[in-house]
Amino acid sequence: MDHTALALIELGAVFFLLGVLGKVAQRVGMSPIPLYLVGGLFFGHGGVIELGDIGQFTQLASEIGVVLLLLLLGLEYSATELVGGMKRSWPAGLVDIVANAAPGAVVALLLGWGPVGALALAGVTYISSSGIIAKVLGDLGRLGNRETPVVLSILVFEDLAMALYLPILTAVLGGVSLLGGLTAVGVSLLVISVVLVIAIKYGRFVSAIVDSDDREVFLLRVFGAALLVAGLAQALQVSAAVGAFLLGIAISGSTAENATRLLEPLRDLFAAVFFVVFGLNTDPASIPPVLAWAVVLAVVTTVTKVGTGWWAARRSGVGRLGRARAGAALVARGEFSIVIAGLAVSAGAVEGELAALATAYVLLMAILGPTAARVVEPVARRLQPSPATTGS
Amino acid sequence: MPHDRPKWTVCHRIGAASPPRVLAPQPEGYGEHVNVEVTPLPGIGVRKEFVAGNGRRIGVVSHRDGTTDLIVSKSDDPDACLASLPLTADEAGALANLLGVPQLVAQLAEEQKDLPGISTRQLTIKAASPYDGRTLGDTAIRTRTGVSVVAVMRAGQIHPSPAPDFVFTARDLVVAVGTAEGLDAATKILHQG
Repeated sequence: MDHTALALIELGAVFFLLGVLGKVAQRVGMSPIPLYLVGGLFFGHGGVIELGDIGQFTQLASEIGVVLLLLLLGLEYSATELVGGMKRSWPAGLVDIVANAAPGAVVALLLGWGPVGALALAGVTYISSSGIIAKVLGDLGRLGNRETPVVLSILVFEDLAMALYLPILTAVLGGVSLLGGLTAVGVSLLVISVVLVIAIKYGRFVSAIVDSDDREVFLLRVFGAALLVAGLAQALQVSAAVGAFLLGIAISGSTAENATRLLEPLRDLFAAVFFVVFGLNTDPASIPPVLAWAVVLAVVTTVTKVGTGWWAARRSGVGRLGRARAGAALVARGEFSIVIAGLAVSAGAVEGELAALATAYVLLMAILGPTAARVVEPVARRLQPSPATTGS
Repeated sequence: MPHDRPKWTVCHRIGAASPPRVLAPQPEGYGEHVNVEVTPLPGIGVRKEFVAGNGRRIGVVSHRDGTTDLIVSKSDDPDACLASLPLTADEAGALANLLGVPQLVAQLAEEQKDLPGISTRQLTIKAASPYDGRTLGDTAIRTRTGVSVVAVMRAGQIHPSPAPDFVFTARDLVVAVGTAEGLDAATKILHQG
């Protein structure tokens, strides 16, 4: 069999299997991300079947997957929403950072991964999965709840924090000096502010550059612009993902809605490749040694996230049940933890064990998160001192 | 607090010195009676709600993609929602008509109670009506029956004092004032031509 035939067959088999796994995830009402990771582990080094001929494609495709994940995240928010959300939720956002980044950093230091590993693992445990959480809130009919804006503003804050964090991580992974790191912070802060101002004042011009009535032209322009901006951002050491995120924020209104609709299938495809590649590059044999740490991190960061949500909801005058719901909703970690771990591992500046730990951690949290969000209400009701269950 | 009249009403605007041509469903516009709270939901849309007399929150979540959820809070847990019902644009319009038109008719009837023999009625433009897609002028209701069309309710919006070139569409609710016989005749005209 020639090379092309083998590569097509392998790629087809991978996508088909992912489709089957996705269906399973849908059946049991969970996020497909952990199953994609498991799929990657299955195929990768030391897995059951080893794939050899699709490396070139999957490597680039997984980079595109990250760019599209962040682009669509940016498209979901308008700049005004981001600024408004940040103004409302910055105290909760800061508590969130301290409470949830610290456990990751501490564990990394205990494992002897040094400050760079600590920075990476702190990001992995900090960032909640806005994709999983938004879907769970919708599925459970909680969009009208009073604590929901609190949860969403914390997610907004996290996503903005990520636009600052990723360039810093990129710079640190690149082995820059303290001065270089500070420059990266300065540059990314400046870029973010400029983009927010442009998006608020001149967003329609940015939209006009990519907009078109023709679907095909529109798709090519948006996709092209995203890769261009991502590449330029990468060249400037701001990280490709952040470039795409900022472009997404700058595109607004109906253009953003149409772009989301067009790009969603592409995002699903390439992001699936990204998760699989991450799993591929993780040796399943390296997971058991770090599993205990992953469980410890899962327990601790579940408690800290619930605490963050509880505190933030109480500040907004939400009752006890609502506080519990807000806390449990925030527990899920997913795509962005893997993005961070992937960035760290591909730079080669951290131990390979970090990938194994991040995989095990996200597997646990992506399943635990939605489950926690579901069961929190009956549990909290039972724990409530006065059983006020009259009415409905 | 006495509740002899429903608090949530749009009809107080009718009969104002210079009524606007279209009362757009701007929740803020109801401020004189009900305090509508508007909360942005980043990435999802906007929540608009108010607290009813019994302490329940009632409102809608307007999604970016144009769909609407009707929300009603639970009685024992005011932060949570008893129901979060997705409505299509047509269903939301129908619900708005159900809520809005009886108020309008009641208010007009109240204003005309000193004029014996005059009554207010709501008439429907059905899908089979010959006037679906035709103008108010085409019906010649005023000339033929003496009945006045004072407002048309469409998808929750009031179009007060429609001009003769106002084009009807199926599911419009027509608020008409006249004598009982005149209104019967007008009903027949709108249904059968």
